[in-house]
Amino acid sequence: MPFNTPTSPHQLAPTSITRVMVMVMLALVPGIIAYVWFFGWGVVINICIALVTALSCEALILKLRQRPVVPALSDGSAALTAILIALTLPPLSPWWITVIGVAFAIIIAKQLYGGLGFNPFNPAMVGYVMLLISFPREMTSWIPPSALADNSLDFLETTMFILFHVLPDGVTFDALTEATPLDSLKTHLALGNTVDEVRAQLGLDEETSRVLSVIPIFGAIGGKGWEWVGGGFLLGGLWLIYKKIISWHIPVAMLGSLLVISSIFYLIDPEHYATPMFHLFSGAAMLGAFFIATDPVTAAASNRGKIIYGCGIGIFTYVIRTWGGYPDAVAFAVLLLNMCTPLIDHYFKSSVFGHKKG
Amino acid sequence: MSHGNTPEKRGDFHGGIHPEQNKLQSTMESSAQARMPAKLVLPLHQHIGAAAEPIIKIGERVLKGQKIASADGYVSAPVHAPTSGKIIDIADYPIPHPSGLSARSIVIETDGCDKWIEYKPEQDYTETNPSHLRNIIREAGVVGLGGAGFPSFIKLNPGSQKKIKTLILNGVECEPYITCDDMLMREEPQSIIAGARIMRHALQADACVIAIEDNKPQAYESICKAAEGIDGLRVALMPTRYPQGSEKQLIQVITGKEVPSNGLAVSIGVVCHNVSTAAAIYRAIHLGQPLVSRMVTITGAAVKRPRNLEVLFGTPIEELLEQCDVESEQIERLVMGGPMMGFALHDTSLPVIKTTNCIIAATRKELGLDRPVMPCIRCGACADVCPVKLLPQQLYWHSRAKEFDKAQAYDLFDCIECGCCSYVCPSNIPLVQFYRFAKGAIWTQEQEQKKSDQARERHEFRQMRVEREKLERAAKRAKKKAPRPKKAAPVDGAKMAEKMRDEAMSQRDSAVDARKAEIQAAVARVQARKKGTATKPDQAADAAAAVTPPKGDVDKKDGSSAAKDSNEQVQ
Repeated sequence: MPFNTPTSPHQLAPTSITRVMVMVMLALVPGIIAYVWFFGWGVVINICIALVTALSCEALILKLRQRPVVPALSDGSAALTAILIALTLPPLSPWWITVIGVAFAIIIAKQLYGGLGFNPFNPAMVGYVMLLISFPREMTSWIPPSALADNSLDFLETTMFILFHVLPDGVTFDALTEATPLDSLKTHLALGNTVDEVRAQLGLDEETSRVLSVIPIFGAIGGKGWEWVGGGFLLGGLWLIYKKIISWHIPVAMLGSLLVISSIFYLIDPEHYATPMFHLFSGAAMLGAFFIATDPVTAAASNRGKIIYGCGIGIFTYVIRTWGGYPDAVAFAVLLLNMCTPLIDHYFKSSVFGHKKG
Repeated sequence: MSHGNTPEKRGDFHGGIHPEQNKLQSTMESSAQARMPAKLVLPLHQHIGAAAEPIIKIGERVLKGQKIASADGYVSAPVHAPTSGKIIDIADYPIPHPSGLSARSIVIETDGCDKWIEYKPEQDYTETNPSHLRNIIREAGVVGLGGAGFPSFIKLNPGSQKKIKTLILNGVECEPYITCDDMLMREEPQSIIAGARIMRHALQADACVIAIEDNKPQAYESICKAAEGIDGLRVALMPTRYPQGSEKQLIQVITGKEVPSNGLAVSIGVVCHNVSTAAAIYRAIHLGQPLVSRMVTITGAAVKRPRNLEVLFGTPIEELLEQCDVESEQIERLVMGGPMMGFALHDTSLPVIKTTNCIIAATRKELGLDRPVMPCIRCGACADVCPVKLLPQQLYWHSRAKEFDKAQAYDLFDCIECGCCSYVCPSNIPLVQFYRFAKGAIWTQEQEQKKSDQARERHEFRQMRVEREKLERAAKRAKKKAPRPKKAAPVDGAKMAEKMRDEAMSQRDSAVDARKAEIQAAVARVQARKKGTATKPDQAADAAAAVTPPKGDVDKKDGSSAAKDSNEQVQ
């Protein structure tokens, strides 16, 4: 009786791409909970729209490319891209924003390059940047943390607004939205105010702010609410490192370089440069460090390469946030470093066993 | 989480994995003698190097331990009759080899008496010249029993230029499932220690380290007890990690030194042998018995009573499986060796050979479902576990794209095929298979290059011969009609013909000698040219001869093949 004779190894670790992707999605949960807590149900609805769009686009293109659909859909990579994009969008963005962004990410940035494993740029960031450039107004209209808002929408109202652009009577869109802390800090600094003045204006306790009718969007260290969301992503990210799904190199290098460069400028001139902690706990720093920059397909491969790659993202994030045209910069920084990945991989290799250097 | 013995560790190797051990199943009961089969099939090629040459005839009766095939060349090993009986065939039989091919084997019909040939133990090895010891070991057919099967006497020759600092006895047995060394260390520690002392004497090594992983506490204890009070011998207990038993990785852990790429352990003063090889050497020297049997682990979920058996070489695997209560219909895959580096066999009738350390009769459930191969997501898990610090990902891309020069630039040939990268790959890419493919393709390319070089040289030589004959004819004609031979000479040979004509004309006076001299001159010229172009085939022939160096206990072994062999020695 002849047996099959595949080559060794005959034993494989219980791992798969699906498992990796599901672990990453699970790690996002604490951040998402904080997100919902502070910014309402919008993000959940966005995630649902994004998931449906991503899976349909992926299935469509796979069909057109005559590739097996089920294995590719069940690997979870499209779903993860969808969730990541949804997390970067304003919670009250209209449904078509989400659909366009996700479709662009999956079809153009991922499948047209050859699908999973072949895309040079992080699809989620490509989608986000495309939206930011094309629809700046929609993409910068954030709602303030719900605890501070005069009006906050419940789940049904949020759904109605996202899908049909219908608001409850007596509520206007402008009354609901507010620029992000990073955005307003940038705007105010550009107007000649110092960081302390901005914080004094926008970081007041509720009593005074109501009197002055400004919304205190600054929290203890970062933006109000944002620091908790960032904390949630930090927690999930640490769990991923503990579970060895991601290595520490990229997050540490990215956050470390962001910390160092922002500290340097803060120490030089605290009047005009935000605190290091503000940079770490605002915007997409935490999400970017643990969940976006670590996308293995588009990141550098060797450990030394990962450190260079992470540092590059951290530095570019600071530079673009501080002197660039956009309030948050993680997406641009990631895409810039994606471009450098082949170069980094070429120059940073490990020394092979038995090949002594020099 | 180190295990108390950290000072034993001088270095560490990169990466590695912790696969499911599955060793407990086969160590539940002590080892037993395998049943005597009716027939033994002994392949003549059970080791690395040249196949042995039969020295008996069909129909001849042989005794246990009688040499039935002698080593052919330096890197080779003789084969002995594992039991008494009659030679019934010398022909091609299927051999346990990944290729599934057949090779020349001797078949013995056993007579059940198991009668030993008269053998002569060496009285006192310390009085014996190391070279003589090596010859006894060679004649006893001892090869590396860890899995590679490299003739042991070669690795007991330190050579003239190097001092051996450390002899490492490899009792690591890092592959899952395999427990034959574990069992041997538990049950026969004295033989191993005695063998170690002989090896140390043969190598004149300063120190000896016996390396054992901490998943074998009983073996460790038993070896420690046997090694008590012996100077210069220490037992190192190491945290379990695959592939720690790979020679170069083990040397790095024990000595902190890296064996250079393409180099041999001996070049940094280290020699590494398996513990069961040590026991075999003890038997060869102290008892005078050649290598006729070995411990084999019979395991896998299809085996109801997994355990270790002392098996005569040539025993069909099916007999062993039967003895261990196999459920034949449950077998999905039959593996010889460990699950990480072993190879799958076609059927159960194949014989056990010197390098067979383990038989795994795996069930479908045990192997898991066939998982689909997905695209590489560049996660880098492969690079994290690679014990050679290669970039498996890059090797994969280049091997797949058949860019073999680039794969070689990423040090493809440093890959030891341990399988760690394939093991951890979340996309289930059979990475090792790609590397084997690339290596094979490169070897084929090299061989074809060699062949085409030879063909070119043959062609050039032929052209030269044709030209020479033309010239000779031209010269003849020139002599006949001396004044105008120019037309007769072909254009390409014109110059030479002219020259020859001049010669011929100058010698016209002495008509009788002319012819002779002319022919001599032509022959001499041809010979000169022949020498010039024919050196290459000669060199090739020399190189081929160098693969099988002269018989006897010479100092140098064939570096390249030995390097490959030591690479394969992951146990």
